[in-house]
Order: sequence, then structure tokens, then C-alpha cells
Amino acid sequence: MKTARIMIVAVGGQGNILAARVLGEAAAAAGVTPRMSEFHGMAQRGGVVESMVLLGEGKGYCIADGTADVLLGFEPAETIRAAKKCGPQTVVVSNTAPQPPFTVAMGKARYPRIDSALAALASRVKRLVAFDATALALTAGSPLSMNMVMLGGLVQTGVLPIPADVFRRVIAEKTKPAFVAMNLQAFDLGMCAAEQGVVPKGGGVDA
Amino acid sequence: MHMLLKDRVGEQVLLLGNEAIARGALEAGVALAAAYPGTPSSEIALQFFQISQESDLYFEYSANEKVALEVAAGAAMCGLKTMVTMKHVGLNVASDALMTLAYTGIVGSLVLVVADDPFMFSSQNEQDSRWYGKLSGLPILEPSTVAEAKDMAAYAFELSEELKLPVILRTTTRINHSSGMVTLGRLLPRVTRGQFEKNPFAYVCIPAVSRNLHPRLLDKMARATDVADNSPWNRIEGDGAWGIVCNGVSYGYVSDALDKLGIGDRFRVLRVGFSHPFPEQLTRRFLEGCEKALVVEEGEPYLQEAVRNCAQRSGLMLPIQGKGEGLFSRLYELDPAIVTKVVAAFFQQPYTPAVPIRIDDLPEAPARPPNLCPGCPHRATYVAVREVFGDEAIYPTDIGCYTLGLLPPLNMGDFLIAMGAGVGTAGGFARATGRRVVAFIGDSTFFHSGLSPLASAVYNQHDFLVVVLDNGTTGMTGHQPHPGVDLGHLNLPRKPISIEAVVKGLGVENVLTVNPFHYRKTVEAVRQLADCRGVSVLIAQAGCPLYDRTLPGFRKRRPFHVKPYKCRNHQVCTTKLACPAFFVHDGRVEIDPDRCTGCALCAQICPEKAIAAISGKEVDR
Repeated sequence: MKTARIMIVAVGGQGNILAARVLGEAAAAAGVTPRMSEFHGMAQRGGVVESMVLLGEGKGYCIADGTADVLLGFEPAETIRAAKKCGPQTVVVSNTAPQPPFTVAMGKARYPRIDSALAALASRVKRLVAFDATALALTAGSPLSMNMVMLGGLVQTGVLPIPADVFRRVIAEKTKPAFVAMNLQAFDLGMCAAEQGVVPKGGGVDA
Repeated sequence: MHMLLKDRVGEQVLLLGNEAIARGALEAGVALAAAYPGTPSSEIALQFFQISQESDLYFEYSANEKVALEVAAGAAMCGLKTMVTMKHVGLNVASDALMTLAYTGIVGSLVLVVADDPFMFSSQNEQDSRWYGKLSGLPILEPSTVAEAKDMAAYAFELSEELKLPVILRTTTRINHSSGMVTLGRLLPRVTRGQFEKNPFAYVCIPAVSRNLHPRLLDKMARATDVADNSPWNRIEGDGAWGIVCNGVSYGYVSDALDKLGIGDRFRVLRVGFSHPFPEQLTRRFLEGCEKALVVEEGEPYLQEAVRNCAQRSGLMLPIQGKGEGLFSRLYELDPAIVTKVVAAFFQQPYTPAVPIRIDDLPEAPARPPNLCPGCPHRATYVAVREVFGDEAIYPTDIGCYTLGLLPPLNMGDFLIAMGAGVGTAGGFARATGRRVVAFIGDSTFFHSGLSPLASAVYNQHDFLVVVLDNGTTGMTGHQPHPGVDLGHLNLPRKPISIEAVVKGLGVENVLTVNPFHYRKTVEAVRQLADCRGVSVLIAQAGCPLYDRTLPGFRKRRPFHVKPYKCRNHQVCTTKLACPAFFVHDGRVEIDPDRCTGCALCAQICPEKAIAAISGKEVDR
């Protein structure tokens, strides 16, 4: 299979690493070789967490600027920050619920206008799907399941050669038993949201 | 059962690089492992720590990397298979023991994993540890993939046993923190008991002995060179006239670049996985018939120098380039785009790089600087010390979460170089300036490298205050134990060593221990010690909130809130403390109850006493 490059960006605590792991395990289960790298320097202390997932052919563990096939952003400002990874071929799936950094919370820095920023981004990439994944995660039972909502959104775009049922199986096997039902519901809510372009609240864009 | 103990030979599993290294060691039958944690190596030790609790593997978190190496060395002298893991700067600490351990050699096997951190994702420098191979005379193996990391880790034990030398397995962050498919091999049984055969004239490195051991090491290096020349880890791919020499993760980038450029048939690639001693015969064969060669490696021009030496000795005049000259940088990491661009430029091939979308007109994402956590006791200590000394004192600091105290508004950190160096440099700052000096050091760092500079300062009658930020764990790297930590909750009998007793034992007369969340008492203690001459020590003792919540019996304290009718919006709380549980809403300060740990520091700082615990029945989360 030709290489598929999936960049996942998030804030510490949003479950980026687990999402990447589920994606990698699902690829392996579907017979596609995954290679992944993760960066979480001081994530527990409010920093940014990045995962790079490469599926299929190739040997490197890294995604260069402009070459991502998918940018999966768990937080809209982080989606914007990682935009340099995108080219005209990129499909962007972004959460629209902000998690402002401390500097913004204190009024010392400005949080960007997300709807216009995502709209600008949408006009430059192949496709952009954005919805309030945090609200959907709450519907599923906990904001902690937002990562599974985002995986659902990613799978619905159809850019991966991995069927949704393989993801469901991996979620059932690899996430904590007490959270499996919630995670599966979150995953399905994400799929629905991306399919309908329905935006529960917070404003969204589907270009 | 621990995932890495599953004896399913041939099964393919997705592993993190660091898990793969631990698995490789287990397949080789490692019986004893030791480590001091450090990013990006820490998860290797974590696997061993967990596995040692359900098997006869012996593992310990040693006080520092040198001790870890020495524990492994002792056991390896008795014939055991041993592994020691550390980050690159940890090898500087361990290097004193390593240099002469290379002379004695070992009886069983010893594999030293050193994890370099190009780009300094979580480190104070990006030194290239491959030079330690040359410095010590020891073999170095460098994996290019996660699967190789496992296989090389297992092979390193064989090589160590064959040469009777410690072997260095050198990785970079992009191997340690990458994941890939790994095929499980057979787990060899562990041999956990050894015998020590006394042989002082081979093992006790007095000058007369070492004069015999150094030539023996050179003989072993010559044998190791033969092994490297014939090693399957060093291989030539292709037979084109253009040569590329590469190692580690750069091999993957080269391989992908040649695929992308579609000119793979014009190249020959030498992948060096066994990089010290350098495979000179193989490299000569590679260079003969090569028109020009490019060396692709992160960090220093280690391979480049070796390849040039080889060409010179072989009378080959072809151009060999790599670092500088408009090609690769010695700084930071490589990536696929950099490698493809330089390969295309050096071999004058057309290449249209991927063009990122336009981003200059997108709004800038606000920075997310890492920050001390809500409820972090270090914040409380810093604010109290600042209240007494302000900007007047010089604040040498040390390695750990508390280094984040350098950020505003705390501004507590003026000099940082190495573990324990806060206390060491404090004496120099005080002698040179006559100013007040307050050195900060964490509890784990104190046991790692704080004792000797403290003893030295007491004896040499320096004049400064040491603040030990004792949060009861090794916070930064993921809550590993150190000699001051009780592990009763894991059923591991350990008697924690009291830092106060150690400090007093080292001759410090003015020692106070406080709970930094008792703010006024802490300020008073700092004032009291500020009036003392000589070396005095304040031990600020309160648990790391991230660690505490993992302990049995943990109950979340009631979060605090701002009473709007009392608050006069001085915002002293936020401007002084910068606690991430605070936020400003419509110009007024509020506290996020989900993030507040109930530490009560802000309530003690507020001039109006407008911050209080949320009333009602205890919040139990």
C-alpha cells in the first residue's frame, strides 16, 4: 500500500497517544504495517502532544511539512498550529472545542477566531471536517472519550484502508474494560458527526 | 502477565521502541537490570520495574547512572547477563566507571543502552554519544527501526559475551518513542545466580595491571573490527556508482528518499548498524567503484570522519561529504524532506519538494508553555523564597519539573547545566559576588548528585542556602522511586532515607523542614535561614499532586473558589502564582474546580481572603 501519513495533534491529557495506538493496532489488524512516533515532552504540564502515524510502504517514522495525508486535530488552535504539515492533498478532521492555554485563560495571550481560521484552512486542503467532538464525548459519557470521537470522524472520511469494524474490535480489546462501551459510543458518534457534517454546537465547517 | 513476558514465538506485535529494547533483553535472558530514569530512555526501565515484580528478574532504580552501571558491572563480573539504561547525559555520569570497565572487561554480558535526544525534546544538550565508543574502545550498535531495536538488543548480549566487553546500544528519541511491528522471538531462561572468580591482577586496575589491560582492550577492539566488517548489521544495498552511508533513523529517510526520487538503481547504500569499531574493510569495498559519496547522519560527523579516514587509507580520492558545505547541519533532527532535498542537490537530481499550504495569513496559535501543575508544591516554595529574597539573590537551579520555575512570574532559575550542579555552582556564585545565593535541587536529584557538592560546600565553608524541593518522587520522568521513597503500597519493602538526616549527617547545622503549603511558616523558615551564615538547608516537603493521586487511599481535597463579593480584583493570586487552575472571565478571576487540587496556597496569598474551599459535603472524585 502507498504510504498514508496521519498527523495527530492534541493538548496533553486529550488522549492522543492512546488514539494513535488504537489506529496503529487497527492498521496491523487490517494487514497494513504501521509506523508511529510520538512526542510528549512535558505534556502532563500543559504542553502539546504530537503523534505521527505512517501506514503502508516506507521506512521512516516522521512526517515532513506539507506531506500529511490527514491532519487530526483534537483542539482547534492545535489544528491551526500544525497547518504547515498540510498540502493540497490533506484531509483535515478537527475538533472545534477550544482548550485555551493558560496564557489565554489569564488574558495574557489571544485565542484565535477558530471558525474563520478553519474556513481559511478548508479552502486550501482537499477537505476539512470540523465538529464539536468534546460535546459528543460528553454525550458518550466523559470528555476523556473525545479521542475516540475523533477516530470515528477520521474513519468516516474514508481516507484509511481500514474498516470501522476493525476499529471497534481494537477499541474493545485495547482500551480499559470499564470504558469500552463509552469509547465505542464515542467512536460511532464521531462517525455520524463527520458523515452528516452536523455540528452540535460551537460552530463548524465542512468544506 | 506482563505483555513482554508472553512466549508467543513468531507473533507480530506493535511495540514502542523502548518496549522492544526491553523485550530484546528478555529474549536474551537478561537477569539483572538497573537504571536511573531519563527521557527518552525511561520506558525501558519501566518495563523491567514491572516485570521484576512478577518474575525473578532483578531490577533496581539506582541513585544515578554511574551506580546503575556499577551494580550491573558487579553482576556481570559474576557471569550474569545484565542491562543498564540511561539518557545521553546520564552516560556522562556513568562514564568514569565505563572507561575502566572497558579495561577489565566483563565475564557475563553487559549491555548499556544510551538514548540520545537530537533536537533536545526533553534535554539540556544534544550531545552525540557515539563518541563514547571511541573514547572507551567499546562496541556501538545503532538500530534503524523498532524491530531492529529488539533484535539488536538481544544480539548485543551475544556480542558482549563473545568479546567479554560491555556493549553500547545507542538510540535516538525517534527510535525510543516510535512504535512498529516486532516479531517475538524465544525467551531464554534467566540465570540469576553467578560465581565470582577472584583474579586481582586482571580486575584491580592499579597502574601495573592496567598497563596489561589496555593492550588487551586494543586486541579486543581488533577482534571487534573483524566482527563489524562481517556483521549483518552493516550491509550494502544496491551497486550504483553513487554512494550513501547512513545509520540509525537516517537510513529510513534515505531509503524513502531514493524511492521518492525514483533513482534507486543508481545508488549503493551502506547502512552502518555496528558503528564502532568502524567496519573499515566493508567500507573500502563500498567506496571502490563509487564516484562520490554522501554521509547521512544526525548529530556530529562521526561516520563522515570514519569514511574519510577509510578512503584516505585506501588511496581513494572520491568526494565524500555530509556535514556543512551547504548540505547537512550538525543541529537537531533530520527529517524526510531535508534528506530528500540534500540527496537530490548533492547528486544533482531534479526534485520538487512538497509545498505546504499557505499559512502566513492564518492566525497564530497561542503558545502552550509547559507550566508547574495546579497544586504543585514547588510553586509554593518558589513564591515563599521570592518573598524573602526577591531579585537580589542568585538562583542556580537543577534538573527536574522545578526547572519550570524559571518562567515568569516565578522567575526562579538563573543557571542550569547538569544534575547536582545547582549546589555545586552555588559556591562559585557566592564566592565571586558576595551576594546571597539560593540553590534549588529536587529530592531525586539530591540523591543522584547532590550529596558530594553539599559535603564539599560545608567543608569549604561556602555561604549559601540550599532549598531541597522534596515532592517524594522523580516527577519529571514519570514518578520513579529514589532512595527517599516508600514503596510499601507496591509490597516492596524499602526503608526511605531521610533527606534531613543526610543533610545533618553531612555537617549542615542550620536545617529546617517545612510543608510549603503552610505559606507563612515557610516564609518564616526562609527568613530564619537567610540570617544564617555558612551552608544552610531548607527542605520543602509536600507530595507531587500527579503522584499522590496514584497512591492508595487518595482523596481529592475540596477545590477552592473566589468569592466575588469579597474579591477586589487585585489579581495578586494570578500575577504571583500563575496556577493553571485559574482563568479570567469577564475581567474577573475564577478557579476551575476540575483542575484545582485544593492546595490552599492562593487562599493564603489573597489580601482580601476572598478565596476559600467550596463548602458543602466533601467532593469525592
